[in-house]
Amino acid sequence: MSGSDVTRKGVEGERPGRDAVTGEAAGRRRRRRGGRGERSMVPDAEFSSYYGRPILKKPTWKALDIAGYLYLGGLAGSSSLLAAGAQATGRPVLARAAKLGAAGAISLSLAALVHDLGRPARFMNMLRVFKPTSPMSVGSWLLSGYAPLTLAAAASDVAGRYRLVGSAATAGAAVLGPAVVTYTAVLISDTAVPSWHEGHRQMPYVFAGSGATAAAGLALAAAPTAQTGPARRMAVLGAALELGTFQLMKRRMGLAAEPLEKGRPHVMLRTAEALTAGGAVLAALSGRQRGRALATVAGAALLTGSAALRFGLFHAGVASAEDPKYTVVPQRERLRARQGGQEA
Amino acid sequence: MTDSGSGDGLRARPDGGHGNQLYGPQHDVAGAAGYPDSPPRMGFFTDTSVCIGCKACEVACKEWNAVPEDGLLLTGMSYDNTQGLGADTWRHVAFIEQRKPLGGQEPGVSHEDVDVFDAAGRLGTGSAPAGQISPLAPDGRTELRWLMSSDVCKHCTHAACLDVCPTGALFRTEFGTVVVQEDICNGCGYCVPACPYGVIDQRKDDGRVWKCTLCYDRLGVGQEPACAKACPTDSIQFGPLDELRERAEDRVARLRAAGVADARLYGEDPTDGVGGDGAFFLLLDEPEVYGLPPDPVVTTRDLPDMWRHAALAAASLAALAVTSFVRSAGRGRR
Ligand code: SF4
Ligand code: SF4
Repeated sequence: MSGSDVTRKGVEGERPGRDAVTGEAAGRRRRRRGGRGERSMVPDAEFSSYYGRPILKKPTWKALDIAGYLYLGGLAGSSSLLAAGAQATGRPVLARAAKLGAAGAISLSLAALVHDLGRPARFMNMLRVFKPTSPMSVGSWLLSGYAPLTLAAAASDVAGRYRLVGSAATAGAAVLGPAVVTYTAVLISDTAVPSWHEGHRQMPYVFAGSGATAAAGLALAAAPTAQTGPARRMAVLGAALELGTFQLMKRRMGLAAEPLEKGRPHVMLRTAEALTAGGAVLAALSGRQRGRALATVAGAALLTGSAALRFGLFHAGVASAEDPKYTVVPQRERLRARQGGQEA
Repeated sequence: MTDSGSGDGLRARPDGGHGNQLYGPQHDVAGAAGYPDSPPRMGFFTDTSVCIGCKACEVACKEWNAVPEDGLLLTGMSYDNTQGLGADTWRHVAFIEQRKPLGGQEPGVSHEDVDVFDAAGRLGTGSAPAGQISPLAPDGRTELRWLMSSDVCKHCTHAACLDVCPTGALFRTEFGTVVVQEDICNGCGYCVPACPYGVIDQRKDDGRVWKCTLCYDRLGVGQEPACAKACPTDSIQFGPLDELRERAEDRVARLRAAGVADARLYGEDPTDGVGGDGAFFLLLDEPEVYGLPPDPVVTTRDLPDMWRHAALAAASLAALAVTSFVRSAGRGRR
């Protein structure tokens, strides 16, 4: 006696019916799809699902808006640190570039956030309550303090007036800046999306490093070499932090690391790593050059690398939500381990 | 499993039972949400062993709640053309066809050896090859096992959707259920990837999110939800959660005693990853076969950890920036 399954693609899977593993025949029992010659990081996993359909709902967020928001938040927050440092150590061009960068980036990111809402006109409902359990609520309040500070700092610098207010705003923005950079990691980790949630311990550090390289990149491209010493060091330190913690994160994520190693997210993340590492090296070298060409290239590489990281992580998360494997297999293993522990 | 002993223990918590806001058993959800004198927590017990797949619940839900049409499409997934819960589907009946050997039965639903056109051509002229088309086991029963299960929002004890909602649009009712306020939701979409069951979703042309309300309006006037009312077999049972849990324990014990070894409860355990579901199930197979996660955990369990790491990372970033400037002061400015 033989059995088969009628699927949307026709009849498939001849199997000896009597020997079929009980219950597991309903959803497809599926081997992992070979990812075009890519190395698998974990052994093949077999699991049941309901007609191969995802268990989670994938994020409704638009990539350009939300990945862009994560990126611009990182650029802005770290730029505020550069701005305050540059102001304190007498580097006016660097300070102005960083202040303008922070104000511009945070304005754009707010616009992206509003644009992504299903009901943009109700944006102000974000400030209706304060909920520490909602990273988006915390972030909204954070930004409503931070964004005006960056705007005030930039405006006072450009206008050359109200310098005292400008300095206070610059300092205030530098205090809130790092939180603006790292809270976005909590924002995406605090979901059921496997490839975001499983990285929740390392993601804030990855974002911190990536934000630092982006801000350093902007400064390198916009300020003269004589003033960008700190930006060059920030590029190198930020790249080290980002790349190191990114590797650590992937190792700690288990099966949820797989979507980072497949398809489009893989290409983006590899590009991000190459651009960040290359950009940091060029940034270090650019200090010895008279011209600005090398620094500009380094800056562009760092800015693009940081953006590629956010977009890569964004798409990897979406991919992990779309495949029931990343939901079912780790949960099954967890259950098995727990039951094993009980018996022991 | 729920035994009343541990339930009483929870009630007698020294902190008044309002601990465990993010994770773990929470006996008094409504109380923890700020209702001093709340009615008992209400919920669903969906006993899939008596579901006949009539989809009356799907229809009743749509009718009562004026949920728009969710697409007309033939999926080939048994009798399930609804596909899953979503913004416009608050009850979803899953259909699973299984070739499950039971006792001395021959598993045989394959009809490859029957030429249907030939059989049709001979219709009325001879006897139908009944033995082949409907294979019978030696004991006279067919071997196709058809599982049906009506899925719904779980109204989690620790609801990730509610925790992460920045506007407060999602709230806990006095009945312990989780409801979206449509006049407040701004469609930020955060609740969508937060739900570990993939329940809540955004209605594209509307921008806001929608899901089962456990018929909050009907509960308010002492009526049971539309789906439970319409269910002809009482597969969907509505009532105080404590009562339902007891009834479910009895039912699963009876089924097991009758030889249905696969019968199990899903989501009834207040110590599970979401603190127990307000809408739980009796299943006849692994949860993932029905499209349910086998061991869901509310994402906000890890939120304190996440905030801690974000704070540390922010401090590291500040230190990194200071280092970038301090070094330059030491070595002269470049
Ligand atoms: S099942 Fe999902 S949508 Fe329903 S209460 Fe739980 S987290 Fe919220
Ligand atoms: S989409 Fe609406 S209900 Fe969901 S988290 Fe945002 S505001 Fe809350």
